[in-house]
Amino acid sequence: MTVKSVGQAIAEALSLALEMDEGVFLAGEGIGTSININPHLPTHQLLERFGARRVRDTPVSEAAIAGLAVGASCMGLKPVVEIMYFPFFTLASDMIINHAAKLRYLSGGLSSFPLTVRIKSGLFSAGCQHSHYLESWLTHVPGLKVVYPSNPADAKGLLLSAVFDPDPVVIIEEMPLYWSIHDEVPEGDVRVPLGQARLARQGRDVTLVTYGGAVHVALQAADVLAEEGIALEVIDLRSLLPLDTATVLASVRKTGRFVTLHDATRFCGFGAELVATVAEACHGELKAPPRRVAAPDIPVPFTPPQEDFYRPSAETVAATVRELVRTS
Amino acid sequence: MQPQLDRHLRFTLLSDMVLIRAFEDRISELSRERGRLPGMQITCHGQEAIAAGVVRAMIEQDVIVTNHRSHGHMLARGVDPKTLMAEIMGKRDGLNRGKSGTLHLADPGRNVLMTSTVVGAAPLLGMGAAFAQNYRQEQAATCVFFGDGAAAEGSVHEAMNMAAVWKLPVLFVCESNRWAGAQGHDEHCPIERVADRAPGYAMPGVVVDGNDVEAVYIAAHRLLEACRAGKGPAFLECLTYRMHGHGEMDVQHYVDKDELAAWDKRDPIELYIEVLQTEGLLDSRDAVEQQAVQTVDAAVAFADASPYPPPEEALEHIYVQPIGQEG
Ligand SMILES: Cc1ncc(C[n+]2csc(CCOP(=O)(O)OP(=O)(O)O)c2C)c(N)n1
Repeated sequence: MTVKSVGQAIAEALSLALEMDEGVFLAGEGIGTSININPHLPTHQLLERFGARRVRDTPVSEAAIAGLAVGASCMGLKPVVEIMYFPFFTLASDMIINHAAKLRYLSGGLSSFPLTVRIKSGLFSAGCQHSHYLESWLTHVPGLKVVYPSNPADAKGLLLSAVFDPDPVVIIEEMPLYWSIHDEVPEGDVRVPLGQARLARQGRDVTLVTYGGAVHVALQAADVLAEEGIALEVIDLRSLLPLDTATVLASVRKTGRFVTLHDATRFCGFGAELVATVAEACHGELKAPPRRVAAPDIPVPFTPPQEDFYRPSAETVAATVRELVRTS
Repeated sequence: MQPQLDRHLRFTLLSDMVLIRAFEDRISELSRERGRLPGMQITCHGQEAIAAGVVRAMIEQDVIVTNHRSHGHMLARGVDPKTLMAEIMGKRDGLNRGKSGTLHLADPGRNVLMTSTVVGAAPLLGMGAAFAQNYRQEQAATCVFFGDGAAAEGSVHEAMNMAAVWKLPVLFVCESNRWAGAQGHDEHCPIERVADRAPGYAMPGVVVDGNDVEAVYIAAHRLLEACRAGKGPAFLECLTYRMHGHGEMDVQHYVDKDELAAWDKRDPIELYIEVLQTEGLLDSRDAVEQQAVQTVDAAVAFADASPYPPPEEALEHIYVQPIGQEG
């Protein structure tokens, strides 16, 4: 085990995959020569180490990047492509949604698409054409797998699973985590299976389910609540599709109270799916109606006070949990 | 018809360029002060001749659609530097009430219709705007600005094709500055001149020296007149060089220093000052430069004095007619 940042952990997964399998190649805008020389960026120095055959800088052409992945994966390669920021996924979406996700089905199982799309997400004072949490769009597409790590070990382990998964996997990386979160990462090819949630903190009073950077916000809230005698259980989903329903439901059955948290807007957000799943399975066992903590239903704002307004805070989470406990 | 470059126009071209440079020099300076300018600042340093030349060749009714490198286009169009600076700082009195920041500036009242920072999207938007001009039979055209990197996006080709089929009055202005982020022209474009693609869409593809403001002006003027006269779209490629990094934090570690130095010798403002001085039209550059610095000082003072907008204002401007915000 060594302590690494999320960015370094992803870089390690990418280099391991490149070493292990000749079919793996990387492509994306500026993934080789980047305007950034930050050592916490996931593709830092991979071009130097593996050469331009394996690590491809592409033109600014998201549809072509995605098409490259779909065509090459159908030929048996294992492409790992990067979409610079989440909103630009819309330009790649025809290839990923209408093709990668559907052509196996349409071929009656004859073809498959072992590709990985890494999408960079998160807030960085650039406004809503550069920041938009669109994960629930992706989870609405049968045929895709969608994973969303919150820490270095998972970022590495999930990415390795994604690269060697026989189906198209989208992995959403929150850029601020690249350098802000450091933790121990197991050495070597240690994979985190897709579809297995992680118990991030044990608690008896309320179940909170979340993913990505919001996990850290939830843990902060849990610390505050613990001082008040409220034990919050925090589940980090890690995979949104496939979804580890069993872990979520077991926890809800234990606590009887349920909250979801994400940085995406609330309406039709992933929290809505979680609440529906829990309501269907645990209706009589809930001590109070489930609650969703999410961003307001607005585009991501630019100006700093409004960007802060957008992001659900630990205080909001704590307040929601307190109220839930008080009213039940 | 060859346009008349009278003394007044030539001074306007110079003072536009000098103001853009002064404004953006201040942005570069301020961006080094943490927190003063939120986000990534992208300047058009070295590309001022394109902004001034193309925008001044437009008539009032012509429309601009621009991209992430828009400060020059806005200033040449006469957008108030005060509200522009306040917007870049994310302040309440900013042009777009702090909603845009540096990246999505719009001043529809001055026909700076909209900005997209989704690379390659602007040509589609410009094509649509030109459709409206054509539809209403206006004697006006749309100028859309994009980079040589953007020309790799399929959207640019779709825009060119539809504009050409329907003979829409749009001038595609490609600011070929040799870079797309850290990727050099040869890495993202298989041909030297992006304008070579224009004939493939049945439109003229004109290449000019983008550091020669009068050459840019003359070419844009001629093509815009043709657009307005119903001859369909045209493509103007302005050859230039990106003098700063992709953003002010980009140290250009991947750029050949000699190439940069060579282009520095071709600074569009210095070249033009030399022309005007040789012709005896400009005694001293000081007055123009002082004026620009004063304008920028006033803009920064205005922006500094403006507060940030209240956080809850983030809920506004999503719809014209707000839908109920359920608690
Ligand atoms: C669709 C999309 N992909 C990627 C980006 C990130 N990006 C912003 S500017 C840029 C380079 C654009 O190069 P070019 O069009 O030549 O314009 P320049 O910056 O050189 O003026 C990239 C890749 C983006 N904003 N939009």
